[in-house]
Amino acid sequence: MADHTGSKPVHQAEYERKQHREEMKQQVISFVMMILFTFVAFGMVMAGVDSFFVIPVLLLLAIVQVVFQLYYFMHMKNKGHDMPALMMYGGAAVALLTIITFTTIIWW
Amino acid sequence: MSTAVAQKRGLAATIWDYLTTVDHKKIALLYLYSGGFFFLIGGLEAMLIRIQLMKPDNNFISAGLYNEMITMHGTTMIFLAAMPLIFALMNAVVPLQIGARDVAFPFLNSLGFWLFFFGGILLNVSWFTGGAPDAGWTNYAPLSTTSPGHGVDYYVMGLQISGAGTLIAGINFLVTIINMRAPGMTYMRMPLFTWSTFVTSALILFAFPALTVGLFLMMFDRMFGSAFFDVALGGNVIIWEHLFWIFGHPEVYILILPLFGAFSDIFSTFSRKRLFGYSAMVFATVLIGFLGFMVWAHHMFTVGMGPIANSIFAVATMAIAVPTGIKIFNWLFTMWGGQIKMTSAMLWSVAFIPSFTIGGMTGVMLAAAAADFQYHDTYFVVGHFHYVIVGGVVFGIFAGLHYWWPKMFGKVLNEKLGKLAFWPFFIGFHLTFFIQHFLGLMGMPRRYWVFLEGQGLETGNLISTIGAFFMAIGTVIFLINIVYTAIKEPKVGGDPWDARTLEWSIPSPPPHYNFVQTPLVRGLDPLWVEKMDGKKGMTPAEPLGDIHMPNGSILPFMMSLGMFIAGFGFIYQVDNSSWLIAVFIGMGITLGSMLTRSLKDDLGHHIHKEELEADIKKGVGK
Amino acid sequence: MSHDDVLNPKQMPHDPEKATLEGKNKFLGFWFFLGGETVLFASLFGTYLALNGSTQGENTPENLFGLELVFIMTMLLLTSSLTSVYAMYHMKNHDFGKMQLWLVITVALGLAFLGFEIYEFYHYIHEYDFTFRSSAFGSAFYTLVGFHGGHVLFGLCWITALIIRNQKRGLNLYNAPKYYTASLYWHFIDVVWVFIFTVVYLMGKVG
Ligand code: HEM
Ligand SMILES: [Cu+2]
Repeated sequence: MADHTGSKPVHQAEYERKQHREEMKQQVISFVMMILFTFVAFGMVMAGVDSFFVIPVLLLLAIVQVVFQLYYFMHMKNKGHDMPALMMYGGAAVALLTIITFTTIIWW
Repeated sequence: MSTAVAQKRGLAATIWDYLTTVDHKKIALLYLYSGGFFFLIGGLEAMLIRIQLMKPDNNFISAGLYNEMITMHGTTMIFLAAMPLIFALMNAVVPLQIGARDVAFPFLNSLGFWLFFFGGILLNVSWFTGGAPDAGWTNYAPLSTTSPGHGVDYYVMGLQISGAGTLIAGINFLVTIINMRAPGMTYMRMPLFTWSTFVTSALILFAFPALTVGLFLMMFDRMFGSAFFDVALGGNVIIWEHLFWIFGHPEVYILILPLFGAFSDIFSTFSRKRLFGYSAMVFATVLIGFLGFMVWAHHMFTVGMGPIANSIFAVATMAIAVPTGIKIFNWLFTMWGGQIKMTSAMLWSVAFIPSFTIGGMTGVMLAAAAADFQYHDTYFVVGHFHYVIVGGVVFGIFAGLHYWWPKMFGKVLNEKLGKLAFWPFFIGFHLTFFIQHFLGLMGMPRRYWVFLEGQGLETGNLISTIGAFFMAIGTVIFLINIVYTAIKEPKVGGDPWDARTLEWSIPSPPPHYNFVQTPLVRGLDPLWVEKMDGKKGMTPAEPLGDIHMPNGSILPFMMSLGMFIAGFGFIYQVDNSSWLIAVFIGMGITLGSMLTRSLKDDLGHHIHKEELEADIKKGVGK
Repeated sequence: MSHDDVLNPKQMPHDPEKATLEGKNKFLGFWFFLGGETVLFASLFGTYLALNGSTQGENTPENLFGLELVFIMTMLLLTSSLTSVYAMYHMKNHDFGKMQLWLVITVALGLAFLGFEIYEFYHYIHEYDFTFRSSAFGSAFYTLVGFHGGHVLFGLCWITALIIRNQKRGLNLYNAPKYYTASLYWHFIDVVWVFIFTVVYLMGKVG
């Protein structure tokens, strides 16, 4: 509920700002990780690492990166995100089935 | 600002009101009228098909026209009749069942309707512009990619536009049910119709994007020269089949689940008992929704996916019969020992149980992959899906309309005429489709223009056609009933059935803000709980106060109109690139309207306490 | 809550994007939309994976793609994701000016990304004669990457419209949810790109 009295108490605002700063720090860390993963991914391919090994690793790196993006950048780790998480996982499940289908039981 | 428009009631004012309305109850009526209209068109197409197949080697309609007929019959019935009629019921009922004043996104609700409407019109314009789509409602490539003329282009654009509307409607209902429930209306107190709307909407959310992509690929291939389904350039026609059925099988559950919900509410009301096994029913609904996504390839057993894939999909398909069976038994137990009142709504519901069960049984037969090599693409499949779709979906729509008609129009449909419509339809339905199983087993393929003499198929086909005429008679009697009721039947109060759920606690039809005061829900079947406590109606959860309501808007109509115009542009730019102008104009209208929506604040309006008090004096509040 | 409260920039609660019922609805509805978009892109990825061998000649992923360009594009888009996080950070602290600034930076990075993408397509078409129509692989490639590019374009227009529309009046409970959903959309675009650079470009190079 919005308070109708105008601005809120100073200590409350202070506390919130601190919380936000804390969260921002986590987000910057996840950004650094994402950049790092990207470097590793491109580096492996440019260095010509064996494809049998590199493809699963690339996919793993991508998935971890996306988890960072969803949970930190898009705040899915915060409370009040149960329903968004449910529907994103629902979408991801259908997505997975679709991808499996198109890589296995399509004519070649 | 709020009531200015509603005061003058000229025809023009009424039309303008409906073009701009964001009221879920009026949008329900729009869905009902247009869905009903398309249902009649689809029915007419069905009659022409059955007349053509009345006798061997018939030449009633030409082979090409026949192909257009079967294509448009299926497409119309699924996308333009069944879906909107279901949305009509959802819009009319769900907000009331959860004690809400409106849906979560009134503006998008209207946009969803107009997109569906213009998509449906676009599809049917094809009749007048040189031929309707003719590659079957499943539109398999390469039949569809090589079909001459523009018929299939209309299929692609029409379904793309109306599909966007469906997706919007699905998201709207999901958020409505999650965010707009009245105090005390926990998830496990929601009526089954609301629950099934919720699950259906989730299915829409995950299924329709696959169709969207499929239609885009088809559009690119037919209109912009891409090669997705062009084998000569390395394309692959099975991609279409997968995308279509990844959407298509969930779609059949999108159709049936809401009516499962409606039946549950109807059985419990007219047996004067709470629903047997409520939580099992909820669980079964969710489980069906979940499994519905893992079975699509049972439509492709004969494609050559290999024995492993076929077995997996066969087993998964058969598994769906389990939660469906749970539901059948729960309905039977709900009626068991109840004080059953055989109203027309109840009649359709009771008739649904054996009819649908037969469809489920043939479904399991089809799910046996090895056997399906025999059944596939024969009339056995036609028999199967009409048993589930007519015996389930259409019966459900009739039942739901009878049940909620008083809530939508303030009058109970005439019971005598209601039953008089039921019997010919019911008998005709079984005459038409039961025999088709045997025609299929005898080897009659589906979608053939003629069958030959002397193969033992004559009698069966004749019976089937006679049955179709009976169904037509039933439908006409239902239409007569609507007119008769509007003219002759008296107005009824808010609760004509002595029912159990929240929608019956307010007047029929409800005021546009639905609830003067948001009700407090104290249990499953909230109105019944209050009745059992000797109260007349719901206890309010808030003091009387101003009510916030959304403003109407013409923008949804304009956005959809823009898409409609652009649709023609896309279709005809293949012949002449100056048609691209239509694309630009249409998209300009759509994007311009979106920008207007984005830039112009729309905060809605308030209905003031004084107005509400005046309404209460007129008898609205009780 | 009266209309004045909704439009008053001084009335800022903790989560301005979810302070009104409209805001809560938008928040949830938009997330659900993204759930649907997941399936949409999965269908496009699936199609691409089914067709990326159908090159009908020399224009294979290995021969076409240059990783330097893709790397720069990736960095641009990843960074733009961070800048929009900064924008939301300042929104939560009710610092409208900084929020707008970070969003302008986001748009600039997005534009640069789009510019490179257009250059890339142009390059393929003119240097390699590799088009939407030349093979099933061509169709699938341009459709998948182009759909993503279309999303970038739409996101840029959306965020720009928000920046301009609200420049004069500041943040309030009416536009906060709009900003928030736009930023969610932008992040989702980045999510899709992560899979594009991995599946299309890197795995395409590996062969
Ligand atoms: C126990 C549940 C069900 C099972 C096991 C089942 C199984 C099947 C199978 C295996 C097929 C493919 C037959 C073939 O083409 O060879 C099929 C077709 C079909 N089913 Fe069902 N089904 C079930 C319920 C439903 C329901 C509830 C609906 C709709 C409300 C439905 C609608 C359809 C339609 C429309 C087709 C034909 C599509 C076409 O090829 O045009 N089914 N079913
Ligand atoms: Cu199916």
